[in-house]
Amino acid sequence: MTLLGVEGITKNYGGIQALRNCTMNFQEGAINGLIGPNGSGKTTLFNVMTGYETPDSGKVTFRGKDITNSSPDEVFAAGIGRTFQLTRIFPRLTVIENVHIAAQRHGLLAQMRQWSQPDERARALESLDFVGLTKLSREPAGSLSYGQQKLLEFAFIMVAEPKVMLLDEPAGGVNPTLLKHLGGRIRELNKTGVTFIIVEHDMEFVMGICDQVSVMHQGSALLEGKPELIRNDPAVLEAYLGTDMTEVK
Amino acid sequence: MSTDTTINQRPTPPSYEVPKAIRFGALAVGFLVLVLFPLVFNNPTISTIGVFAMIFLMAVTGWNIFSGYTGYIALGHAVFFGIGQYATAMLASYWQIPPGWETFLLIPVSMFLAGLAAIPIGLIVLRVRKHTFIVLTIALMFIFQLFAYNLRGWTGGSQGLEVSQPPWDGSIFNLPYYYVGLFLAVIAIGSSFMIRRSKFGLSLLAIRDDEDRARSLGINTRNSKLTAFVISAIFLGAAGCMYAMFVGSVYPQFSFDPAFDLELSIMAFAGGLGTILGPSLGALIISGAQQYFLITFGGANVFLIVYGALFILILRLLPGGVVPAISDKWRSHVVRKEQRILDSELEGPAEAGAHK
Amino acid sequence: MLVLQAIIEGVLVGGFYALMAAGLTLVFGVMDIVNFAIGALIVLGAYLSYSLTIHFHLDPFVSLIFTTPLMTALGMLIYVFLIKPIKTNKVVMSLLTMFAVATLIEGVLDICYNSGFVQIHASYINNSLRIGKLNFPLIYVLSFLLSAFLLSCLYFVTYRTKFGRALRASMQNPVAARLVGIDTDRVSMITLGIGIGLAAIGGMIFGTTNAFNASSSYDIISRLLVIVILGGFGSVGGALVAAIFMLVIQDVVAVVWSPVWGSTAFYMILMVVLLVRPQGLFGKKGVRAQ
Repeated sequence: MTLLGVEGITKNYGGIQALRNCTMNFQEGAINGLIGPNGSGKTTLFNVMTGYETPDSGKVTFRGKDITNSSPDEVFAAGIGRTFQLTRIFPRLTVIENVHIAAQRHGLLAQMRQWSQPDERARALESLDFVGLTKLSREPAGSLSYGQQKLLEFAFIMVAEPKVMLLDEPAGGVNPTLLKHLGGRIRELNKTGVTFIIVEHDMEFVMGICDQVSVMHQGSALLEGKPELIRNDPAVLEAYLGTDMTEVK
Repeated sequence: MSTDTTINQRPTPPSYEVPKAIRFGALAVGFLVLVLFPLVFNNPTISTIGVFAMIFLMAVTGWNIFSGYTGYIALGHAVFFGIGQYATAMLASYWQIPPGWETFLLIPVSMFLAGLAAIPIGLIVLRVRKHTFIVLTIALMFIFQLFAYNLRGWTGGSQGLEVSQPPWDGSIFNLPYYYVGLFLAVIAIGSSFMIRRSKFGLSLLAIRDDEDRARSLGINTRNSKLTAFVISAIFLGAAGCMYAMFVGSVYPQFSFDPAFDLELSIMAFAGGLGTILGPSLGALIISGAQQYFLITFGGANVFLIVYGALFILILRLLPGGVVPAISDKWRSHVVRKEQRILDSELEGPAEAGAHK
Repeated sequence: MLVLQAIIEGVLVGGFYALMAAGLTLVFGVMDIVNFAIGALIVLGAYLSYSLTIHFHLDPFVSLIFTTPLMTALGMLIYVFLIKPIKTNKVVMSLLTMFAVATLIEGVLDICYNSGFVQIHASYINNSLRIGKLNFPLIYVLSFLLSAFLLSCLYFVTYRTKFGRALRASMQNPVAARLVGIDTDRVSMITLGIGIGLAAIGGMIFGTTNAFNASSSYDIISRLLVIVILGGFGSVGGALVAAIFMLVIQDVVAVVWSPVWGSTAFYMILMVVLLVRPQGLFGKKGVRAQ
């Protein structure tokens, strides 16, 4: 069942065609991979899907609803969380404060109550436990290492219990041990029903974890299918080798 | 690793914050000092310094609620200070309020009007990015200054307006202003504290660190910023009202004065931008110094130089401000203590082993 | 007829503002700082030229030989000691620093010269140029020519010299510029020097066409800021168009309505434009950071 889909998305940046009539569907409950050579438009697609950019044409649907023109906070409230290539956390706030930010509250008066209510705190600690950062909860987030910040980002999106998590190059700059840990967390979360869409260049990671892989090339969808099919497809190899990408195994 | 197990056996990690006892103690002492100040120093010249200090305390704390917590440095908040002043002067004469206690009733009115004005103003200025925002707030202030000069029918133009002074005896004249000011200042600090520990306050701090990221996590940044903007305007309106009543006259160049915004920012930065009490500390110290300068040297231009130089120094040497510097010192003190304990634990068994 | 005169005068005076705004916006484009002190620096330049003309009987244009290098050096010193050390939150911290510098300069000038209004005089200043039925003070025309000349020099330097290439590279992408060996610090230092050197010249122009004192800096800086916002931060062409546009409107309103509303019109237009286009007339829409 398609949870999140894009249809005919086009995006131009004054001369550079980032996305070209891109149509893709991401399956519910699966770990979807999104790969493609540099410049194929993966991050731009993420930006369009999460409301950071508006496409010149095309549609983004989530559970059938049109979210093309939604703003980032609306997209998040609908249940789609995302990480960024260069981790974006709140450096001057402590880790535990960071994790509380995404906790949603409704109503004006609720905003004025203390920032850490018991149920929010419980969920926050749960998330931190899940990624293994509990010991650092009172440290300023800016003092965490790069890998730890990635985990923090993961944790604070979890708190809002999103239905979909878009991860933009989660393996980038992360050591193998941490990567295995992260992979394990993704799989576990997936078992609870969270859908994932992961943009990655690390092929071993992608092929190892994804149920379904979509390939992008020059702004549009090239192919979608099971990892084994994709890795051996000649068109995919051509796309990568043709643009000097040599990470294909 | 053996050291690892030692740490893990430690019951709780040390707290890096200044202990509550010390904090409350300092606060209580400070409050007591402020309450007793004009009674002990009952020389009217000195208690005048106190009144201005209270006015600035209220203004800076209010300013900090917006600029300190969201990181949007508003250099045009003099607009609301001026609105408070002019509203007071105009209403006092229009409603024919007799000078004296009744004039104090204008305080909530000024607060309301300043807050009301802040809504459309906020909607306009908060649409732009941070650097344009700063510049825009400055431009806004000049607009209001020009209005004050030009709408002579209402504002008296460059002649200004008068607020009649109550016929109180010189020796106790300052006291009501001081205590009302202190009361308002306490309310301002209290509000700042409550906001800081609320979810709303956390949202503001998140906006300061990374506004787009905050948005992507569901925070309605536009409403949060606007609310903080309006709240801070309210306190500046109150300050303006007090100022107009105390000084007795209202002029365009002093109501809408860029130097005022500079003073607000210095006080907040010096004390600690974004902290709860930092700005208050800065206000007390700097406005005290300012008044002292006025009395001793008399000229306005001397302080321009002093302010300018002082601000440059603060920005270069202590951009965080006094309060964070204090908490940093405390933190390193705690860390050093911890390190000493750890070191002695390491040496203990090792020495015992070496002596075997 | 009066309106036509107002329009042309607006253009002539606009030249001065265009030059100053160009310097301001260039500085912002290269090093991300808003040189808030430029108003005070222009007044400083005006006072320096004033003193030189009074004490040494120099022609105002000749005084520039001394004031310009002096202030260019001042600009570079300000960069090295006050701007370069700023590591975090550059835009805000530099703006506040420059605000403080402006206040400092204003205080010093106020003490040195008192608050009386002065104006730079030269024998030919009050002569007028007649074209048909219109009268233009000679000094306005000379100033405009000087501004236009300097703006073309600026254009030449920016687009035809090696330094200019380094300048544009630093504006577009400081990291990439550094990667190809451009010393962005040096480029920034020189740019600020140029900006403030231009302020010396602007000061002379301002001082001859207006009566001024230390607090005139506020008028100047607030107008320049409006112009730069309208033109879009970083856009020199935008600053040019905005400057001429605003000054013409101000002068026309002053003539048609009243001088006092002329100044107000300046700011009102800013508000109106920003309501419709928050990025100014030529600025780029703030792209959300990735």
